[in-house]
Amino acid sequence: MAPKHFDNFDQYGIGIGLRVPHLNHILERKPLVDWFEIISENYMVDGGRPLATLDRILEQYKVVQHGVSLYLGSAEPLNREHLRKLKALVRRTKTPWLTDHLCWGSVDGRYTHDLLPMPYTFEAAKVTARKVRQVQDFLEVPIAVENVSSYAEFHVSEMAEWEFLNEVVERADCGILLDVNNIYVSSRNHSFDPRQYVDAVPPERVAQIHLAGHSKFEKYILDTHNHPVAGPVWKLYERALQRCGPVPTLLEWDDRIPSFTEVHTEALKARRYLPSQLKVSA
Amino acid sequence: MKLLQIQRGVAAALMTPLTAGGGIARKAKSGALMSREAARFIKPNDQLTSLERLEIYSKSYWFRLIDSLYDDFPGLAAILGWNAFERLAKAYLAECPSRSFTLRDLGSQLEVWLRKNPKYVGINRVLALDMVRLEWAHIQAFDRPEHRTLGPEDLVGMSPGLRLAVQPYVSLLDLAFPVDELRVKISDLEDVSDNASNTLLKQKHHAVHKVSRAVPKPMFLAVHRFDLVVYYRRLSAEEFRLLQALRSGKSVASAIRLAFQGSSLNQDQIPALLKGWFAIWAELGWLSGRPTKRRSTKLQ
Repeated sequence: MAPKHFDNFDQYGIGIGLRVPHLNHILERKPLVDWFEIISENYMVDGGRPLATLDRILEQYKVVQHGVSLYLGSAEPLNREHLRKLKALVRRTKTPWLTDHLCWGSVDGRYTHDLLPMPYTFEAAKVTARKVRQVQDFLEVPIAVENVSSYAEFHVSEMAEWEFLNEVVERADCGILLDVNNIYVSSRNHSFDPRQYVDAVPPERVAQIHLAGHSKFEKYILDTHNHPVAGPVWKLYERALQRCGPVPTLLEWDDRIPSFTEVHTEALKARRYLPSQLKVSA
Repeated sequence: MKLLQIQRGVAAALMTPLTAGGGIARKAKSGALMSREAARFIKPNDQLTSLERLEIYSKSYWFRLIDSLYDDFPGLAAILGWNAFERLAKAYLAECPSRSFTLRDLGSQLEVWLRKNPKYVGINRVLALDMVRLEWAHIQAFDRPEHRTLGPEDLVGMSPGLRLAVQPYVSLLDLAFPVDELRVKISDLEDVSDNASNTLLKQKHHAVHKVSRAVPKPMFLAVHRFDLVVYYRRLSAEEFRLLQALRSGKSVASAIRLAFQGSSLNQDQIPALLKGWFAIWAELGWLSGRPTKRRSTKLQ
């Protein structure tokens, strides 16, 4: 069995994504929250309000970093300046693990600022795994990669998405941030059984789980993070926990963001599915 | 097909500007039909063609980046109106795609690009350029680093040969229009109104019209932050020149000489002015020691 990188964090409980509209509420009222996930790029700056605010959050809360632009699946080499800034932030937050997406988004130094799906090929798996290892070595913190939601599939793919995910994490010896909403969205867009995906993931590598809402359109489903978590997604979450045991869980809400209390209440619904020993702290 | 080849092909396709109607371009930059380009890489399914699947990503790319530019340059958008701003944003992004991992840097080339492409700002060229410089300075003031600040006590008895630095988050702008007031007005309006309302559009138009009708005249501005909030502070020509000279590495004595060259101020006014300016700058935290090769400059 592969090494269990993330055993120490089983008791992390339920967190929510730190978002600007909630900052005043959090800093003034100091609500009880197990942990916050920050978007690394929002704090990879040299000074001013973002870092001052982050420092105040760090005084009160546990923080885990989540990135959106490492582009581990891009064929081009890692951006050294990006890594240097990321490492400075890792030292500041003391994040116990760090996550980013199993995707690509830049080519020849040009950035799309999107999470583009990978062609599921062995070549792509090798390239991605090598980059994950480089990041892990440089940052000296465990890395977990997140499955993205997707709206396109490539002709050249040689395997299913979950097989590609497994190929990458085994080669890189890293963790998985399992986004069960993304699995659901992609399953509807590409007509596969989401339970097969969840069942195929190596449970010992699942470091964290993401929950979020999505939007239905006529011909596809979009990962919009602007709704409560849908029923089928909660079912996938329950299935994932049955396989993986207690895993740190995080609710993302990025658009049409309601009050802090509403977001936190939605996140705490995850308690229903967590093993009983975690419900006290959550 | 190799990974790099796929990524180059898909990125080129989705970064091709959308049609005027907001759909994916019909032709790729190479002249090939976009539907063929999409089909080279992307599988269709029972609901969507390859092109429709690619279009989801292309629209997402353009909407995200244009929205991001709008968030950073609301004053420019108010001057131009939404349609002209969108045309400008598309042309700018097509020529200057993002080369940074962060969207914060998206507008970093906008001033230079606009100087080369003035047709996108029409008759309000000078006003628009002033606003772009102000709004980029605003971004700098928000999150640029702060070096160790020299307080009032550090400046007591400073030597004329001393070289000081101005904090990186302070931008010094020479402008022709009072875009500071216009930007504050636009922000205030957006804070209290629904972004799409007709009333807001009329109020913005009125505010822009008032400023654009003014006769351009030199004005000097510092864009800075204090207690983590971004502020605009008007400067006299002499104060502006002095700060610029200090920033460029001139000694305090040389900077003062440059600042008052050709000034109409009476010589006997100058000592009191200098005392006041240095006191204010120190209070605002604008000054820091200038790093040397070996160690930071120390005040005697």
